[in-house]
Amino acid sequence: MTKPVPNSSRFVSLGLFTLLVSVPQTLLAQVAEGSAFRVDRINALVLVLVFSTAVLLYTKWAKAGKPLYLRKIPGLDAVEEAVGRATEMGRPVLFVPGIAELDEIETIAGISILGRVAKIVAQYDTPLTVPVRYPLVLAAGQEVVEQAYIEAGKRDSYDKDTVKYVAGEQFAFTANVNGYMMRERPATNIYMGAFFAESLLLAETGNAAGSIQIAGTARPEQLPFFIAACDYTLMGEELYAASAYLSHEPIMTGGLKGQDFVKVLIVLCIIIGAALVSFGYGEWFINLFEAV
Amino acid sequence: MRTTVPVAIAFLSGLLLVTAFFFRADTFVGGLSQELTVWLTIVGGFTLLLGVVSIVRVNWTAIQRRKEGWGYKILTILAVFAMAIPSVLSPDWSPLFGRAEGSVYDWLFQNLQMPMMATMFATLAFYIASAAYRAFRARSAEATILLITATLVMLWRVPMGEYILDQLPGDIPAFLNTYVMGGFNMAVQRGIIIGAALGAASMSLRIILGIERTYMGKG
Repeated sequence: MTKPVPNSSRFVSLGLFTLLVSVPQTLLAQVAEGSAFRVDRINALVLVLVFSTAVLLYTKWAKAGKPLYLRKIPGLDAVEEAVGRATEMGRPVLFVPGIAELDEIETIAGISILGRVAKIVAQYDTPLTVPVRYPLVLAAGQEVVEQAYIEAGKRDSYDKDTVKYVAGEQFAFTANVNGYMMRERPATNIYMGAFFAESLLLAETGNAAGSIQIAGTARPEQLPFFIAACDYTLMGEELYAASAYLSHEPIMTGGLKGQDFVKVLIVLCIIIGAALVSFGYGEWFINLFEAV
Repeated sequence: MRTTVPVAIAFLSGLLLVTAFFFRADTFVGGLSQELTVWLTIVGGFTLLLGVVSIVRVNWTAIQRRKEGWGYKILTILAVFAMAIPSVLSPDWSPLFGRAEGSVYDWLFQNLQMPMMATMFATLAFYIASAAYRAFRARSAEATILLITATLVMLWRVPMGEYILDQLPGDIPAFLNTYVMGGFNMAVQRGIIIGAALGAASMSLRIILGIERTYMGKG
């Protein structure tokens, strides 16, 4: 009997097939008649292919049962403990999925983590509040939280106003969330997503309210503020790894290992490039990486 | 079905946008990707109604239950409609409608919303001071290095501080510029940016291929 092929595998095969077939054809077309393909972006295409291959290979190995080591991320290990603290104190958990729209990958990462956190919160029967700035994020957040409550077997405990739209303006949103923190004194504040000037306003207010705080953002300019005011901070790539890390699913962790592999390649390129430039032979090597 | 269709849409949209990056904007693929961006704006516009429903329901429930500060909730609901209704009415009916200068919307924006936002932003200075005090307390060797470096960089960034540094022996501004900002700081920032970019690409790939479904509440 044939084993049914999972949907993801079909998409993987289809994606690879499309890339493998379309790329050489497009290149040929460009050479032949000066087509619309951006030959000046061929370096990016090579990187995309190498990266995709690495991620898919590691995902395949992870699915096959090969053990993959993931380093500990203390901020994520602390999530369950922080929710437990809120339960013991009888106070709510506040989750802010950033202030960017849903087309930002950081917001999607935040929403993914929200799903994991909501499941833990549902299991502990702890109140959760998720203020959002955009209606699209509201819709996605409500869907994710409802599903988490259903999976935790706590459908009846789900309140549709757990995820709520509070304001469309950056500082109106901040004022609302800060007011909530000072009034309700949530035991745990989790900030995951894209943050801008309001990052410190939120984190300092949470600190003043005595909450345990876990933050994560990929914006380097906001990281110092979170580090100064929060108990745990996920930096850059850790935000994107959080969902996979919390899932403990091999198929998800495979993507992280593929990412690490490409990082090693980039470090090697930096070392080779630095050596070549130091000896005056680096011009051609720099041109390989020129962004257009 | 509830999973397959969204995953298929994510796969096709993602593949299209990635492919479009390698084609010129005036081609079919390039045009289609721009079209998708317009669709996003249109869908976002429709979802505004969801936001209004949410904000009214949450605040109305608080008013009904006479929760602490329920009076402010009435103000919030009034503010939503006071800003929204005159702005969507045609300015042909009255100069108070629409969003042009002299309209109700413009008056509320200029005289209430803008000053309130500016006030919130201005409070950031006080928050920075308290956060800096906590971060720069010299409680360990690392914190002391951070304190000294941050003090020198802050001094260097203001004219009077730069003057003071110029009076000291050695070229401290050049050291700060070359080694601290252009060396350690830039190296760390780039490391974070490269890691974040790879993380974003990896997550995008997981979403496009349907491996990551947590954003839909699955998995």
